[in-house]
Amino acid sequence: MSTPTAPASMYRPDAGAGLWEHRGKVAAVGVGHSPTARRWDGRPETSVGAISLTALRRAIADAGVAPAEIDGLVLDATTTTGAYWPPGKPVPPEVLNAYNATDDPLDGVAKLSAEWILANMPELTNVKFTMYGPGCMSNAICVAAQAVGDGLANTCLVLKSWHNYEGRYYQGGANAGDALPGSAAIRALWGTPACFGTALQFAEYCRKYGKTHDMMAPFIENSRNNGLKFPEGYWAQHRPEQITAEDYKAARWIAKPANLFDNDLPIMVSAAYLYTTAERARDMDQKPVYILNHACSRGRPRSLTPTLDEVEEETARTARKIYEGAGITADDLSFENMYDGFAQFHQFHIEGLGYRGMKFGEALDFYQGDISISGPNPILPSGGNVGCGRSRFWMHTDCIQQLQQRAGARQVTGVKPEIAVSGGPMPLGGHFTVWSASPD
Amino acid sequence: MAKQGVVPDDLTRPFWEAANQDRLVIQCCTACNRLQHPPAAHCHGCGSDEVEWKEMSGRGTIYNYGVVHDCPIRLLQDDQPFNVAVIMLDEDPGIQMYSHLPGTPVDEVPVHAAVEVVFEETANGQKVPEWRVVAGDR
Repeated sequence: MSTPTAPASMYRPDAGAGLWEHRGKVAAVGVGHSPTARRWDGRPETSVGAISLTALRRAIADAGVAPAEIDGLVLDATTTTGAYWPPGKPVPPEVLNAYNATDDPLDGVAKLSAEWILANMPELTNVKFTMYGPGCMSNAICVAAQAVGDGLANTCLVLKSWHNYEGRYYQGGANAGDALPGSAAIRALWGTPACFGTALQFAEYCRKYGKTHDMMAPFIENSRNNGLKFPEGYWAQHRPEQITAEDYKAARWIAKPANLFDNDLPIMVSAAYLYTTAERARDMDQKPVYILNHACSRGRPRSLTPTLDEVEEETARTARKIYEGAGITADDLSFENMYDGFAQFHQFHIEGLGYRGMKFGEALDFYQGDISISGPNPILPSGGNVGCGRSRFWMHTDCIQQLQQRAGARQVTGVKPEIAVSGGPMPLGGHFTVWSASPD
Repeated sequence: MAKQGVVPDDLTRPFWEAANQDRLVIQCCTACNRLQHPPAAHCHGCGSDEVEWKEMSGRGTIYNYGVVHDCPIRLLQDDQPFNVAVIMLDEDPGIQMYSHLPGTPVDEVPVHAAVEVVFEETANGQKVPEWRVVAGDR
């Protein structure tokens, strides 16, 4: 079986497309997470392949289906957090020999193919559909939803995994060298870290609307507080440390005005969901969470980095697509779980959505009120990447678990969990899903 | 600041060759007369692959800036913290270029101030466009 990358037709990038044709007919049921780790310790059983198998098997068990019923698998083959396997370094034989390998010795160690998964999950005897949804879980679940809706698969696993190795984030490879290729040099010669573009937009936002970096502190506190209630998350598992407003304001700068806590922590982790038809979902062990729509942004900046105007135009455009395809308005949202890794663009997403009637420039004022899971205006109840580590999927897991009423200590109590939206990562280029406790 | 060297590739060679002659050139679509930067094989506006290089005045404005304290590039880490400004070209404010703003103190960047291009040598001798704040009106 050769696994293709999802064609452009699997996504919904256009405004004016009307209701999603499969609205309410596809459901997420099972959730499975691997344990988290800061970095790979080199053991076979903690490799990115191994943790992927754990997540997949947990999702299957959570849904209560027989593995032989699974007929589809969607995943992202890229697993790096920014850490790359050193060129020429052999994969240790004890790692290679622990699993059924493919032709690529880095498969299951520094990348992940559908073929590697199937070779190591012999219980999946009936998978006939495999596809890559590259980017992150936000992309892959759009592909899985469309695939189930289109009838390409009936009971489909969707997987996203991340590996992380020793060494500092993005400091190897070309960044450690003496010269760059001309095309890369046009952006990279100035030494900007990953958060720099978002920091620029945030700086412009503060100037335009008269806001300050300190006004982000309640958002950061809330995110970590929620994240510490997420037992699958890195901070809850390894470092149950709250961030206070004082911690946030005193943190070192990475690219001012973005500091350490405006950035997320790269980790190793894997998550899998089980998607199926609304009809099939009724008989599974967990309450179905129905997909009302998926939509994506194909916005691109005119030049090196998006301006605030470009960001605001695109988030507003994306919101129109999200709502139109789902047949809802902002007033229907019980809560939001938009992406936050970097913390400083979460407000762009929710202002674009018009969450709780918010307009551009108002989110940081909104953060000064009650944004907790027990209030009427929950912000990012998952805790996101700030609260749980860098995976880009906590917000999806949280939407599913909240609408299934099994988010535990994280369960929203100030609103009835009926409809939610999640997605990301970037305001220009994200993928988004609308979730509902009801198919209607 | 000792920037990494540059090895021009086919797409960007005219840009770098012009920089070595102390000239700033930007790609322009001959079909729709739209400037674009970074360079690409085709016009992002109309899709035409008829793009040429057009010389710019070398004048611009500081649009925005940040201060880098944790740089991923080894050669620049001894110079932290440093400014990275976004320059908008006078010919088209939609075209941006990065600058370390040589001569401007860290975190004292005059947003909206006028700047002029200068050319600096990188580690392998290849020149790169940089920008300096223009004193007074120009």
